[in-house]
Amino acid sequence: MADFGYSLTPSSRIDLNKADRETFGKLVKLEPDVLKCMACGSCTASCTAGVYTRTSIRSAILYLQNGREKEALEFIKGCMLCGKCTIVCPRAINTRQLVLSICKIYNLK
Amino acid sequence: MNKNVIVIGGGPAGLEASAQLQNMGYNVILVERTHELGGHLAKWDRLFPDGVPAKSVLDSLLANIGGVKYFLGTEVQSVNLLEKSYNVILSNGITILANAVLIASGFDLFPAEKKEEYGYGIYDHVITNADLESFFASRKDKQAVPDPRIPLQPQKIGFVHCVGSRDEKIGNRHCSKVCCATAVKQACEIKEEFPQADVYCFYMDLRMFGRNYEDLYLKAQKDYGIRFIRGRVSEVAEDIDKKLVVKAEDTLSGKPVKVTLDLLVLMAGMKNSGAGQQVGSMISLETAEDGFFSCRDSVYSLQKSNKNGIFFAGACTGPKTLPDTLHEARAAALTVHNYMKNFE
Ligand code: SF4
Ligand code: SF4
Ligand code: SF4
Repeated sequence: MADFGYSLTPSSRIDLNKADRETFGKLVKLEPDVLKCMACGSCTASCTAGVYTRTSIRSAILYLQNGREKEALEFIKGCMLCGKCTIVCPRAINTRQLVLSICKIYNLK
Repeated sequence: MNKNVIVIGGGPAGLEASAQLQNMGYNVILVERTHELGGHLAKWDRLFPDGVPAKSVLDSLLANIGGVKYFLGTEVQSVNLLEKSYNVILSNGITILANAVLIASGFDLFPAEKKEEYGYGIYDHVITNADLESFFASRKDKQAVPDPRIPLQPQKIGFVHCVGSRDEKIGNRHCSKVCCATAVKQACEIKEEFPQADVYCFYMDLRMFGRNYEDLYLKAQKDYGIRFIRGRVSEVAEDIDKKLVVKAEDTLSGKPVKVTLDLLVLMAGMKNSGAGQQVGSMISLETAEDGFFSCRDSVYSLQKSNKNGIFFAGACTGPKTLPDTLHEARAAALTVHNYMKNFE
């Protein structure tokens, strides 16, 4: 192959055509409030685990919406279920409960 | 024919509607609870989008109310429907019989101390948008005592959008509509006042919807170098130097941010006026889930209430800009005029 002086990496584009809406639909059934998120970042900012790990409920919701389950789960792996994010969420989403439900639907322990 | 119209509230909506109704030949009685006319406008310094002095607008409003009978420091004590007209008793002992009552009771500023995590009234250097306007307005007055909460040479200043708005936890889900434009305006003004300072705006969405508002935003970025950070402030703490440590997520980079500030300005939102609601309850006016009065419908009859003879103008039916409020006042005058024809 000719050397162009650079290499290609797999596309980083979010492909909504391929996003898994079915599993997300199941999550919505269990946690309808997940649709209310307005991406304000209060949960991430207040997260006790968020400073040292990549814990972010906001990002997890966004990545699930985009069909990027693997990355989404990375954002809740560090969660200690302290519930601080639930206290601050201005859309009154029970984010702590949401973490548990995501684990259940997406088979994460 | 009884040509009396009672207007409740002497802010911009009440003043403009009174002037228009008086002009149409009605006998207007304006009732104001406080001891001055002008409402919040009387305490404001400059207006978005281009910094018109609030006083010049207020002066224009006041210049047009000649002939309007108004009572200051007066409250509505009772309102009773008699057949087709309303019998209104005022706290100064006067009783008025009127065919139409126009509610122009406006809004109350959200009490920022309710959002405890932002430290208003607790930390030394946290103020509201209204406090900052008073500060700007007071600089013309040599006698005025400067606000001790505003440092002499602040190096870092932050604005928090949506305080008491878009917040189900505090019971206000609605957007207060004017505070984005106010924040951007005040950010530019404070940068002008303290050119050495770094100024940050913490926003969730920038609602710069009106004519020239987008230009104001551009000017804030380009000419004033305001930093816009997309994330809601989750908490504020005070350090030993009385500086404010603000935490948010920079949602665009997906990283938590922390910044230490000398002054924090909270963009307190709007809620329906408590005094207005009290009057509303005398005639059982409906309020919607957001606490503001319900109009007869949401598009065509905004100036009508669900009761014949009771009308609305201004922010008592939801957050409004000043131009919106003045339009509504004129529309309300016309709506009252059309209604009064029933009595000829
Ligand atoms: S419950 Fe989990 S995600 Fe929420 S603040 Fe606590 S550690 Fe962070
Ligand atoms: S605090 Fe609530 S609304 Fe804000 S990003 Fe987190 S989940 Fe979404
Ligand atoms: S106008 Fe802006 S600051 Fe005010 S409540 Fe709406 S989004 Fe928040």
